[in-house]
Order: sequence, then C-alpha cells, then structure tokens
Amino acid sequence: MTESLQKLYQRVILDHYKKPRNFEEPASFHRRSVGDNPLCGDQVTLYLSLDGERIEQATFQGHGCAICIASASMLTEAITGESVEHAQALFETFQQLVSPDAGELNPSVDLGDLKLFEGVRAYRTRIKCATLPWFALRAALNNQQETISTE
Amino acid sequence: MSIENATQVPSKVSVVSGFDITRIRADFPILAQEVHGKPLVYLDNAASAQTPQPVLDALIKFYQQDYSNIHRGVHVLSQRSTEAYEDARLKLQRHFNAEEVSEIIFVRGTTEAINLVAQTYGRSHIHKGDEILISAMEHHSNIVPWQMLCEQTGAVLRVIPMDDQGTLDMEEFDKLLSPKTKLVSVVHVSNALGTINPVKEIIKKAHSIDVPVLLDGAQACPHMKIDVQDLDCDFYTMSGHKLFGPTGIGTLYAKSKWLEALPPYHGGGDMIESVSFEKSVYAKAPHKFEAGTPNIAGTIGMGAAIDYLQSIGMEQIAAYEAELLDYATKALEQISGLRLIGTSPNKASVLSFVLDGIHPHDIGTILDQKGIAIRAGHHCAEPVMKRFGIPATARASLAFYNTHAEIDALVDGIETTIRLFQ
Repeated sequence: MTESLQKLYQRVILDHYKKPRNFEEPASFHRRSVGDNPLCGDQVTLYLSLDGERIEQATFQGHGCAICIASASMLTEAITGESVEHAQALFETFQQLVSPDAGELNPSVDLGDLKLFEGVRAYRTRIKCATLPWFALRAALNNQQETISTE
Repeated sequence: MSIENATQVPSKVSVVSGFDITRIRADFPILAQEVHGKPLVYLDNAASAQTPQPVLDALIKFYQQDYSNIHRGVHVLSQRSTEAYEDARLKLQRHFNAEEVSEIIFVRGTTEAINLVAQTYGRSHIHKGDEILISAMEHHSNIVPWQMLCEQTGAVLRVIPMDDQGTLDMEEFDKLLSPKTKLVSVVHVSNALGTINPVKEIIKKAHSIDVPVLLDGAQACPHMKIDVQDLDCDFYTMSGHKLFGPTGIGTLYAKSKWLEALPPYHGGGDMIESVSFEKSVYAKAPHKFEAGTPNIAGTIGMGAAIDYLQSIGMEQIAAYEAELLDYATKALEQISGLRLIGTSPNKASVLSFVLDGIHPHDIGTILDQKGIAIRAGHHCAEPVMKRFGIPATARASLAFYNTHAEIDALVDGIETTIRLFQ
C-alpha cells in the first residue's frame, strides 16, 4: 500500500463512506440542491434547514465513490449548528485544502476532520469528487435551483 | 503476493504456437515503463489500444519524406502521399475482405461512420413511422445518431433486449423485426460487456425481409478476423485507435449497392467531379463521402497497423486472447465480493466487474497507484449500466500484448483494494 493511497483513503474517510452520517431526506427543509457529475456517476442531494442565519440541520442523499460520499457526510457534520457565514468560510478553505496549487490555508478557519481530505490534492482526477458536495452547499446557500456539477 | 513478485512468477505460458509474447511486447515501446514506480500494466485497450513501433515509424517516415496534400498534385510529394493514402485503402479492403476498394470510406472513427450512415442512408430511406432496431448493449455512438434521425424523420427506435448474462434475446429480435424495420444497427462486440453478438444470424434474418444491417465493429476488429463478405453486412464501422493505429481515423465499409444510391454526407472539396454556381456534380464513391483534406497521416498509420496485425495473424491473436480471457475470468471469479458484469458464453477479452461496497472509481484510483490502467465508469453505455442496476463498472480490457503475469497483477491489485476498504 502506498503512503499516498493511505493518505487518500484515511480510516475516518472510509468510515464515513461505509456509514454515511445524516444520510436522509428530511420531512421538511428550507433549501435543497443537487450536485451531479454524470461522467463519473457521483450524485448528491443536499438538504438544509435554516433558522435565520444559522444552519439548523444538514442532511444528504445520493450515491458515488468513497471520496464523494465521505465528503458529503463530513460536510453535513461540519456545518450543522453553524452560521451561514461560517459554512461559506469552510467552503472557501476546503477548496484551498484540496487544490494542488493553493497556498497557505486561512488560519482563522478550523477545518477539523475535514483536513483529512488533504490527500485528495495528489489525485487531480478525484478533486471533483471531494468538492461536489461543497459546491452543492454553495448552491443551496445561494438558493440556486439548477443542478450543479464539478466535472 | 505483491505485484513485484507477480510479474516475476513464471506464470502460465501460452500454448498458442508461434506466439512470441516477448517479441510482441518489444514492438510496443510504451509498455516498457513504470507508473508510480510499478511496471505499467495496460488493461484499457477497449478505450484505446497502444501503437506498435512499425506504425510510429510509418508516421515519421511519412512526415519526414513524403508529406504533402493528396489528389491532383502534380509534384512528387503529392503523388507519394496520394499513393500511400490510397494504398492504405487497399490494405483495409484486403483486411476486411471487401469486394471493391471503393467500398472503404475513411472517416474520423466509428462515431462518424455511424453518423454518416444515419444522415445519408437514414435521411434518404427512413421515414415517419419506420423503425430502426438497435440492441440494449449499444455504445452511445450507436444510439444518439439514430435518436437524432428519429427526431428529424419521425421514425421510431426499437431496442432488442438482453438477458442477465448480457446475451441478446434473439426471440425478441424475431418479434421486433417487421416490415416496419428499415435498418438494424447492432454492436458486433459490446465494449461494456464483451459479448460477441450473433451477427450472422441477425443479418440473415434481416436480409430475409430486405432490411439492411449496420455493424458497429469498433470492439470486434481488434480481437478477430472480420470478413464483411462472409458476414454479408451492409455497413461495417471501425476506429483506427482501437486497432493499434492513430486516433481521429476510422473506416466505414459500405456495400457498393448503397454507395452509388446514397447522397453525399459533407459537401466540399475532393467530393466533387465539377462545381459551378448553378450545380455541382459529385464524385463517385468513396470520394463522394470524403469531403475536405482527410487525415492523411492517420490513414497511412492505420494501414501500417493493418500490416502489423497481418504479420501476427488475426487467428493467432484470437486464439491467444481466448486463452488469456479464460485465465482472467477464472482468476477474477475466485475473488470473493467480485461480480463480473457480462458473462455471455461468447465473449471477447473484456472484463467488466463490480466489487461489493467499493465504487469503480476508487478501484481505478487504487489500481493506478499499482501501475495498472483500467477504466471505471459507464463506458459510454449508460443503458447497459441501467439494465444491470449499477452506476458504473471497473473494466479491464485485454489486447494480444497482455500477459498472464499482468492478470496476476490485476488480481493482486483488486485484493489490495478490497483489503483497503475492509
């Protein structure tokens, strides 16, 4: 097993893939957005319940590879209970984290376990898998109705 | 077993007589490299096959010594280029045993060949209410051109179903074939499943009620001898890059009886006898269908690839691949949690599979780290994935330069993948 593979498929990431958290379509929600990468078949639907500027609940449904599903699962955990502003800051910092040519991460944003996705950097073709749920989040926050894609 | 060991294990040696795998591999310089520090194991041949040195040499010689535009040039280079280009047509004719050299039309690839037939034969012979029969295992390139034609004409697309092994349901074909059918267009070998379809039977039945048949031969011609007269197909399509030649070049074979009757495809230079502002007179086939400066170098490269295949022999290739496929199938079947998609009794060397709880893209990434190139996805055959209720498969597709040791490496890589996800 290469070090690079172990960095990509971290234990925590595989755990979220096998047992995705917040994996449901809620009875009611305020925002819904769909991320679809038709070429590779990753598809994520994100549901947000908002309380003013606070994200009360984030859940998702979908299917895809380990990176995409784990990213969606960990996203829902990271933003539940947080402000919209913080979720947007996480979006920006996550893009930096997985982007091969990004510089220093914004030190004021604590990514927590999301930092585990740093290994994706080395796999250019897989970055779109990790970012799909995040672009779905941005679409949901912007109340954008169209399906988004990162392909 | 580690991959390093796998490639050194004195693996099963081919019993196909005279098939010297070491010599053959030496003809493909790209194979002798390491990827991520591991020997490259190239198992993505159904997407694009690698190019042997004689084809590369032919391309370099052409550009270094003979290159110019073809036809109508009076100077030496143009004559040489024209000769080399038309000589490739002769090679294709002989290789596929076409009756006439004019039945070989050069196109960009299988996709363009099918579009050409749809927009020439289709637009002139298929009308509202007519039916076009395709199969449930078509590549998108043998679905979308017909859907476009149906939108243009009001014709209807009908689909021959297949069973859970990926074998066509010929009883349903018999029911679907009717006086309304104006064309049957089926894949000879499925790119996603490997199924070899009973095309001779299809052609015989279709011809019994005067329905012409197009065969998508992109995946068939790298693996077996194709004789268009023996098949009796009306149209046969192929791509050079799947036949160990360059990209952007392919062939449409069409029976003579169609070529004169069909309207041209594209208008432009080279496809005319004469042009005035009042009227243009079209050239005869094949030039009628080859408007504009063609892919001259690609054509010559494809001709060189034919020469190379002839030097090995398609029967030898088919026999070796049958043995390799059998070895690979048995090896993959041993892996717990692996399911082969496409288990028809009559198959070419394509192994599509899924692993319990592991997405094909993750399989592809992990195998790549072990130097093994496979393809993961829907393989441009979304209806096939839907039929089997899966979003994608991992696909290892073999060529005659692959070895038993490479199959061992694949098995080892799959086992590593399964362990990683445990």
